[in-house]
Amino acid sequence: MNGELAIRLRGAVKRYGAITAVDGLDLDVPVGTCVGLLGPNGAGKSTTMRLLTAQAIPDGGELEVLGHRLPEDSKAARAECGVVPQLDNLDVTLTVEQNLLVFTHLYRIPRAERREAIERAVQMANLGPRRHDKVDKLSGGMRRRLLIARALVHRPRLVLLDEPTVGLDPQVRQELWALIDALRSEGTTILMSTHYIEEAQRLADTVLIMSHGKGVASGAPSELVLEHAGHEVIEVYGPPARLAEVQAEAAEAGLRTRRTGTSISILGVDRDGHSFEGERRPANLEDVFVLLTGEEIE
Amino acid sequence: MSTAERGVPRIGRLDRPALTGVLVRELINYSSYWKASTFSSTVEPTIYLLAFGFGFGSIVSTIGGLPYVQFVGTGTVATAVLFSSAFPAMFGTFVKYKFQRTYDAILAAPVDTEELVTAEAIWIATRAGVYGCVPMIVAIFFGLDPSWGMLLVPFIGWLAGYGWGCFGIMIAGFASSFENFNYVVSAVLTPLFLLAGTFFPLDALPRWAQILGELNPLHQCVQLVRDAVFMNLSSTDLLRAAVLVGWGLLLWRIAIYAMERKLID
Repeated sequence: MNGELAIRLRGAVKRYGAITAVDGLDLDVPVGTCVGLLGPNGAGKSTTMRLLTAQAIPDGGELEVLGHRLPEDSKAARAECGVVPQLDNLDVTLTVEQNLLVFTHLYRIPRAERREAIERAVQMANLGPRRHDKVDKLSGGMRRRLLIARALVHRPRLVLLDEPTVGLDPQVRQELWALIDALRSEGTTILMSTHYIEEAQRLADTVLIMSHGKGVASGAPSELVLEHAGHEVIEVYGPPARLAEVQAEAAEAGLRTRRTGTSISILGVDRDGHSFEGERRPANLEDVFVLLTGEEIE
Repeated sequence: MSTAERGVPRIGRLDRPALTGVLVRELINYSSYWKASTFSSTVEPTIYLLAFGFGFGSIVSTIGGLPYVQFVGTGTVATAVLFSSAFPAMFGTFVKYKFQRTYDAILAAPVDTEELVTAEAIWIATRAGVYGCVPMIVAIFFGLDPSWGMLLVPFIGWLAGYGWGCFGIMIAGFASSFENFNYVVSAVLTPLFLLAGTFFPLDALPRWAQILGELNPLHQCVQLVRDAVFMNLSSTDLLRAAVLVGWGLLLWRIAIYAMERKLID
């Protein structure tokens, strides 16, 4: 077993017919850290997650989770992992406690510890007063909290979170961030896929930016920003023709640009002297994300 | 205790804890819907029993020396087994796979498709074994004499239910939509249901129909139940039981194959 890595992927490949969803991906998740898989929809994040639980079988590459080789020893790996799926798959006709009880069995918690495990999960999800309510009576935020608590019922060493806050309103999202942050501070290793830049920036120690099934950049969010977008960015507003001119000028000056909807952002302006008129702002992870994963929506 | 402190459990194929986990989920779920399920699985065969028993019973008094109500009362055990295994297996599996995504949640835990299918089939078989006894018990009130052989009936129902449960899981595994089930019900289940010797004996049918009947696992179930209830068990019944075992094993493997194709990319 590799002592420091909870997840180690080398050249992982997964094809669906003509589509290569994961295309030679390398990924390291050191024990005790939170790694964010950041990428646009269709970048291969969810497929990567499915590879890690052997719900997808790779077409090539080496995959190791908690020292177990995948897919052959996946079951042993899954026993020590908690998985929070992107789509809610709770048993809606069961109560909060019953949902947790099922998973204490599936995760092989000894009988004597089950009660305590359920209690801890109920507290973590902050669902104490709702513990006897059926899931279909809970709000979207409560269901998400329960989904996370269900994945933690056996206190796994590694937690896989697939788009943990997708489709939730900002208040609920912040509540879940607090939950994930608490988990991280307890030393649980986390791999989290997301397409929300703020989520990755707040929670992840390191980020792997994915595009078309490959990793295109990795590092701490602040380092990635510095490396690819510099300290500052100038945003120039104007009609499309003007923006095109600015883009050409920036390219001539050797500067990278990205479209920001109604404006164009010129990256890394702190490095050179320049003559662009516009608003200065600090560079952020979104600049890097768009720069590296492309501007066109597919 | 965290998973690190507890250590890695010994993990193999067809692990008991994995099977138990899936069964516990079914059991807890059952506690929330048992009334509806018990109703549909028992009332329908009972209606068949009463309708045929008294309807035909008024024209046909005995078959092979048996009063018609007793003939049908033992035969509809197989009907109850079929209705409480093949149908819930088809629909339940499809719903859990497609709409509730339950199987995604289970397979993310240390459970394999083989264990998932096996546990689901065991659960369905157990329910079928119990529900299968209902028509027989109803028939007792209409003159069927209790016998020691009746104690074998839940086990026969279990065995047949296991095969039909795997059949239903297999169909759900191969089906791409609910509509596909219509073909199976019309083209497979209805003919087998009628050609089982439940309502009329197969001896009077043309030779080809008799041969088809012998190949019908539901017919084997009907004969086994009758022979057990009327204490007529012979070496032929051993063969019938062997057919049910072989059929169950075969469909079990095909069901696993079908579900693996569906659940694992």
